Amino acid sequence: MDTSTSRRSSPWSRAGLPVADTAGADVLLGVIDVDAAPPRRSAWDRVKLARHPERPHAIDYLRELTIDFVELHGDRAFGDDRALVGGLARFDGRTVMVLGHQKGETTKENLARNFGMARPEGYRKAQRLLRHAEKFGFPVLTFIDTPGADPGIGSEERGQATAIAEGLLAMADLAVPSVAVVIGEGGSGGALAVGVADRIVMLENAVYAVVSPEGCATILWKDAARAPEAAETMRITAEELAAFGIVDEVVPERVPAHEQPRETILATGRVLARHLRELVEAYPAADPEAVPRLRDARYRKFRRIGAWREARADDGVPLDDAGVG
Amino acid sequence: MRDFFHRRGAFRPRLADDQQPDQAIPEDLWTKCPRCHELQYTKELERNARVCPKCSYHFRLSARARVGLLADPDSFVEWDPEVRPEDPLRFVDGSGSYLDKLARTEAKSGETEALLTGRAAIEGRPLALAVCDFDFMGASMGSVFGEKLVRTAERCAELGLPLLTVSASGGARMHEGLFSLMQMAKTVAALARLGRARVPHFSLLVDPCYGGVTASYATVADVILAEPGALIGFAGPRVIEQITKQKLPEGFQTAEFLLEHGMVDLIVERGALRAGLATLLAHYAPAVEQQVPLNGHLHEPALVAVVESGAAGG
Repeated sequence: MDTSTSRRSSPWSRAGLPVADTAGADVLLGVIDVDAAPPRRSAWDRVKLARHPERPHAIDYLRELTIDFVELHGDRAFGDDRALVGGLARFDGRTVMVLGHQKGETTKENLARNFGMARPEGYRKAQRLLRHAEKFGFPVLTFIDTPGADPGIGSEERGQATAIAEGLLAMADLAVPSVAVVIGEGGSGGALAVGVADRIVMLENAVYAVVSPEGCATILWKDAARAPEAAETMRITAEELAAFGIVDEVVPERVPAHEQPRETILATGRVLARHLRELVEAYPAADPEAVPRLRDARYRKFRRIGAWREARADDGVPLDDAGVG
Repeated sequence: MRDFFHRRGAFRPRLADDQQPDQAIPEDLWTKCPRCHELQYTKELERNARVCPKCSYHFRLSARARVGLLADPDSFVEWDPEVRPEDPLRFVDGSGSYLDKLARTEAKSGETEALLTGRAAIEGRPLALAVCDFDFMGASMGSVFGEKLVRTAERCAELGLPLLTVSASGGARMHEGLFSLMQMAKTVAALARLGRARVPHFSLLVDPCYGGVTASYATVADVILAEPGALIGFAGPRVIEQITKQKLPEGFQTAEFLLEHGMVDLIVERGALRAGLATLLAHYAPAVEQQVPLNGHLHEPALVAVVESGAAGG
């Protein structure tokens, strides 16, 4: 996919403010009244919305958007991680492999699901299901919603870092098309482990960050209470990340997702279906040439992400303002 | 190995006083071992590859000292030194702006980024090196780190050059936000291509190696080596203690702990590294000769970049 085109079609301006781009909004939602778009929320407000206990979680999306969901459990090595669910489902008329972090609705469920923080066995289950998807040519759909990977003693003993790294590899090398959507919290490596997709979609009030705002504030401000400031500084909102070209499309939330869960989920579903359809058409499972083309396109997509400059040999060049986006 | 102890001229040891406040004695004449607390004559320590002669503690090495230790004399040719960091987020934290921090770090360390890359040879066998410099912002991985590593992996795929990465890092660089996180994907994607070209990647994990580096390219390797006693993990020990409220077991996250749990192939003493790597390189030489070259160096423009010149090393 030509990412420059996709960035142009983003309904958000470079400055991160919603713009009345009616054409883009039509494609996104069909029904949204762009003139009624609410004022921009602060990054910290969005962190709170992204973590809202009633915000729809991965299973809510599966319930609304798919039929015939068959959950597949276990990593075949150690256990089954309920913080990361996966399985087969019918979405937009075809069978897909879905993967998603799952937070709990209640305290009891949250304990069982470890608050959506996956352990190595979760990431290894994901890899198993990715290989399974490749074998049968199922496109992959992932739902990202995690504070981060589990930081416990057992997770370290069972190789959390390796499990995430191999998850990244499995996704980077995947022989079938993939679409990822950040529906709530995109927490660092634990999120990225199921996020190396051909298209990255993000909900307006979701956040995606390299470290939690609290963690960043503790380390760089030496004060966890400065988290709201850190959140703003880290540029973790959907439209900022779209402006950077990292996120391909933002799904607007006319009201926060937990206030109108069904509408939000359906709007997200329309966007996901469109991306998946485009990818399946561009890279048909029956075409043997499609796999190298798909891998190459994905490689180029991630290959370009970064901000650097190339100094002359004589150096002494002042740091210029970078052209963003 | 024969050359190993005679190559002290290549060392440029720097005791980063902010990293190791208790170990630096005025004028760097004597160095205190943090493990056995024995005072060592610094020159003697350097002669011993900065391994404590009393207790075998492996002191940290700068990237250039590490290259001096590993590479044949005069074999190292640096790649991409002109790739320099930018500040895409306009990041300002409690201690000032990211750009100021970069300038201060550059002035203090003499390096322009946290990853040093280039081609070299070990006992006459060519390879590429990508070595973290922990003194440079904890060798955190940002855009330049990722870009230099990817260019290195691409050249390796193109030239059939085995890759050795040496990793010590605090993880992703917070100051570049999601750009830093995405370097995990970008570096691993480049290694996936390298793997498809059937060129080996050897990863050496040294003290300390954490977060986004351990959880990306550093553990996507054909052979994973570690130095004795190195602390290696995903989450840092303090974070784990805070969150789990549990006391960490003895030896938690040491190289020996990782070996026991099946996460690394070998622990190699610093003095045996060159010989060990030469043996490994010899094993893979026939496979590398049959390697299928990929159209290696893509040189994609950065999403956010100010390109002063298109000059590329190598």
